[in-house]
Amino acid sequence: MLKDPAMAILIHRDFTFIVQGITGREALNFTRECLDYGSKIVGGVTPGRGGRDVYGVPVYDTVREITAKQKVDGTVITVPLAFAPDAAFEAIDAGIKLLVIITEGIPRKDASAIIEYADLHGARVIGPNCLGVIVPDVCRFGSLGGPAVDCRKAFKPGIVGVMSRSGGMTTEICNALSQAGLGESTAVSIGGDPVVGSSYAELMPLFEADPETKAVVVYSEPGGPMEAELARWVTENRSRLPIVAFVAGRFMDEMPGMSFGHAGTVVEKKLDSPADKIRRMREAGISVAEEIGDIPRLVKERLEAAGAAGA
Amino acid sequence: MRFYEFEAKRLLGKHGIPVPQSGVAQSAAEAERLASEIGCPVTLKAQVVSPAALKAAGVKSAASPAEAKREAEWLLQMEDGGRRPRGVLIEKKAPIAKEYSLAITYDGVRKRPVMAASDMAGDIDEIAEQHPHRVVRRHFSALFPFSDYLAKELVAALGLRGAELTAMTPIVSRLAQLFLKYDLTEADITSLAKREDGSFVALDCRMDMEAEGRRRQKAILEELGIQPGDARAPREQTAFEIEAAKIDAEDPRGVAGPVVEFDGTIGLVIGAGGGSLTALDAVRKHGGRPANYAALGGNPSVKKTQRLTKLVLSKPGVEKIAVISNVLSNTRADLVARGVIKAVLELGRDPAETITIFRIPGAWEADAVKILRKYGVEFCDRTVSISEAARRAVEKMRSSGC
Repeated sequence: MLKDPAMAILIHRDFTFIVQGITGREALNFTRECLDYGSKIVGGVTPGRGGRDVYGVPVYDTVREITAKQKVDGTVITVPLAFAPDAAFEAIDAGIKLLVIITEGIPRKDASAIIEYADLHGARVIGPNCLGVIVPDVCRFGSLGGPAVDCRKAFKPGIVGVMSRSGGMTTEICNALSQAGLGESTAVSIGGDPVVGSSYAELMPLFEADPETKAVVVYSEPGGPMEAELARWVTENRSRLPIVAFVAGRFMDEMPGMSFGHAGTVVEKKLDSPADKIRRMREAGISVAEEIGDIPRLVKERLEAAGAAGA
Repeated sequence: MRFYEFEAKRLLGKHGIPVPQSGVAQSAAEAERLASEIGCPVTLKAQVVSPAALKAAGVKSAASPAEAKREAEWLLQMEDGGRRPRGVLIEKKAPIAKEYSLAITYDGVRKRPVMAASDMAGDIDEIAEQHPHRVVRRHFSALFPFSDYLAKELVAALGLRGAELTAMTPIVSRLAQLFLKYDLTEADITSLAKREDGSFVALDCRMDMEAEGRRRQKAILEELGIQPGDARAPREQTAFEIEAAKIDAEDPRGVAGPVVEFDGTIGLVIGAGGGSLTALDAVRKHGGRPANYAALGGNPSVKKTQRLTKLVLSKPGVEKIAVISNVLSNTRADLVARGVIKAVLELGRDPAETITIFRIPGAWEADAVKILRKYGVEFCDRTVSISEAARRAVEKMRSSGC
């Protein structure tokens, strides 16, 4: 049997998806960008706009009109925030198993409800407030990296799995890994909200199972328990993957209660603090980069150390 | 958005959770009158929202109206992140037999709301750290309606039986329901007291409403008299920050905010969300003292970048700026370049001297380079990291004696 040359997590070469809210300004842009990149977008949904098309992608009024006809692996949701839960429930009820929710500003209560509904139906949510997933040169699922030509510059096929709470920093870090010749197996913009569907620790087993992934890079920010959860996961599961993390916003330790950047980025409790996150991750054996520019070098060092230990 | 305690207690009362008889005084004289109406002894609490002021224990008690007046005078002078307290909450003090605490929030790991209870008063996280066996927790759903048995299970897990169990259960249930109803991110009764007659009363509480929920919570906010613009930040906005917010609001193209003022010397025109956090840390790491934080993104107009840059350069002591962002796909670097150069020229300064570094790689960078080269400004492309760009910026500050 032939081995699939492009292993990855979450998405693959034949991955098919739809775009909910496809006639919105941003959705029009990234739909074209995804098509240029080679992604298989099989339909779009905007209520009241059924029958039109967007760059050759047929637009429907309901998700079921598409899923009735063909296999749909995922959906990118980019509807106005008041409609986001409804769009997510519609996709889940239609049997779609992977949701990327780009919409920003969804209250926690709605995010929590969407994720619980997805859990009940065996579906996974990436986001909200994220840019999606990319497997370089294979499939782009969402709006990471902008125009296809820029996207190809920043993302190159390789061996590093990337998870980031910031969409922009996903591209920044992947660009640096690509420049250093490491490249990425899969990059996931997991979202900047306090409640997101897939945390670092929940995606780790997927990277762990992907033979192409040799190391993982994590971009983190102040706020939330996700880094402590990752540290615990790494300790309990004896991961084969070296992890390099970067925590931005260290200055926020001096400014409790002040909010910067993403909705989830605020220091209120002990677990929110960059200092606490860094300590926990280091104790778990995760390398925490002092500077963003150190990430590629640290990945290489960890890979060499792992190679030496394995030899 | 943090509620003042008197507002949070109005919410509790509205939903059938008993609170002490109370009033809010705006002056010492009013405090004296309220204390005599309510009947002493009373508790007096400065109404504050900043984390520092909340820690500063603005709580007093008074045995007489005259004492209440004196204490209120002092409490009303407290500092609350650059503001004065929003009055003094005066509450009837009554003997209590025992104290408990309740806390509801979202668990970011389980992604569900979680309620916790303890048979001690105080902050639930602190209790959990020092006495982990005295805290019980239970997750619930934001998808399905809240059911009373969930509250009953929590109370039973705390070890309450008989009349105590049946008295506390509805309080927990009502708190969970109002947590969901009002888009709260925190609903804590840090002292839930059992009176000597066996009934419960919420003595201390705090609540936070999610900023993202405010749009659909207009009715209750109006009922509580909370204005849409009342952000209740940990500290009052400075004139610089108010001006920056105005620049952002007046032009819908792109975003400039939140802009935060610091007391340093290097002006930062940085973006976007994560890129700004990274750039600010990097400048500090290399010994630079930032004059501000900004988060430029979403393809801002030339005018917006220009106005923001001018504002940053208008700060006393700010001679130079650094323009740094992560690799961008949707923001046109050439428009940002045009904006910053225009601002510098309008102020009669030399772009090559004033702009220490311009690091915005991505779409349209070639056009940006053309503009920057004309004025002798150093451009960094995607091969230069944010930290290296920040290092170069700080180095230039140093070598020019700034």
